Amino acid sequence: MTNSLFATPHPSTDCKAGQSLAKQWQGVTSCSLLVAISLMTSTSAFSHNSTHNQGAGLLATGGASQIEGTAGGGLVPMAVLAGYGTDDSNHGAGFFSRANTDDYELTAFGIAWSWHNRVEFSLARQELNIAPISNALGLSNDFLVQNIAGLKVRLAGDLIYDTLPQLSLGIQYKHNEDFLIPQAVSADREHDIDLYIAASKLYLAGLAGKNLLLNGVIRATRANQGGLIGFGGDKDKHHSFVFEGSAGIFLNKHWLVGAEYKDKPDNLSFAEEDPWHDVFIAWFPNKQWSVVAAYVNLGSIAGLEDQTGWYLSLAGSY
Amino acid sequence: MTTLAKNITHNRYSGLFQRLLASASLIFFITGCTTLVPSMSLYEELGEKQGITTLVDRFIEEIAADERIVNHFRETNAERFRSKLIEQFCVLSSGPCEYTGKSMLVIHGGLNISEADFNALVEDLISAMEQQALKTSTQNKLLKQLAPLRAQIIYQ
Repeated sequence: MTNSLFATPHPSTDCKAGQSLAKQWQGVTSCSLLVAISLMTSTSAFSHNSTHNQGAGLLATGGASQIEGTAGGGLVPMAVLAGYGTDDSNHGAGFFSRANTDDYELTAFGIAWSWHNRVEFSLARQELNIAPISNALGLSNDFLVQNIAGLKVRLAGDLIYDTLPQLSLGIQYKHNEDFLIPQAVSADREHDIDLYIAASKLYLAGLAGKNLLLNGVIRATRANQGGLIGFGGDKDKHHSFVFEGSAGIFLNKHWLVGAEYKDKPDNLSFAEEDPWHDVFIAWFPNKQWSVVAAYVNLGSIAGLEDQTGWYLSLAGSY
Repeated sequence: MTTLAKNITHNRYSGLFQRLLASASLIFFITGCTTLVPSMSLYEELGEKQGITTLVDRFIEEIAADERIVNHFRETNAERFRSKLIEQFCVLSSGPCEYTGKSMLVIHGGLNISEADFNALVEDLISAMEQQALKTSTQNKLLKQLAPLRAQIIYQ
């Protein structure tokens, strides 16, 4: 070691593009265990240095994209924000997800953008293919579609470094485009607002030396099947408080395995509504991409029981 | 409240609790097994003094090549930085050393190190640990020891 190693002037303008790119790639591949969060969505990234557009957040701290568009796992939001930003940068993410159960097919896609790892804006669209039901009833429309606009604010804490979990408050505006069918089964309204608070924490070496991710959400909602069958209903017109949670273990900095649970209100008398749960494996090859595969159990949906199947999600972050 | 009470008493929770209980039992079983194995100290896992010295050298090489943060070290006395870092890693891993450097607060005062700078530093350390083929659990344990220092390093 010599002093000159550090003393060498090293402004980024001195760097050759090739060196800079090489380092950037190294930064990507070495990202960090910490990423911990992968399941969630992302915390912003870091554009502070323009040559590093992949974000300053640690690998997986951007989370994956939850089906409502915000940073999270597959079904459950997390307190992290989309992208790999830090407090002085803005970043975002986009995703495409598909769930195939015995009788249904759910497609979800969307984008999210985070400002200074403080506020996240998201837009998502969900399309549920209900062909078995529409065929049986002779309906012309095979899809139930809803659009979701979300806002999430990081209130306090840090996923990794604070003693307390990272806490975020989220609000979602959901609009059902095909309310005719929900209305026919006594849903009360075609658009509504969900409010939730999420707490997420990554415990370094938290379980047998592996990093442990715990996440809990309390949501006020009256969405039927997340809103795909409208909001409120003949049994209950008011918001209910429901719990959602996820837990995962980072096998290493690239791989996270875990499970999610999402409770839902039961507002419609025509069919009982079950909680959703899944077991998942998430892969974070770098800060640009994440892939989540899950085996989901969505319970009974619109009277068709035991809707189990596969979920696959691809998300890109910057 | 009536909705809450309804939900809480709903019988689907009994299934959830059973699953949680099963998961918890599994976790205790797994961790219980690991505690039966005589465990190495973190200092030993890092390769003791020699391993820590190599790790710190690789860490410094990573920092020196990291254009995101190297400017923060332009005034740094590299030899002193190296020896104090070796001491600190040794102490944090419960090795037989004493840290003789200044406090983190004093060292980083006025440097205005950002969250992004700190994250870059962590990535450089992880890169160094991977070059040394340290196990994921060893890496996690060292990071866990270092994590509390973050509050004394950023935005001082």
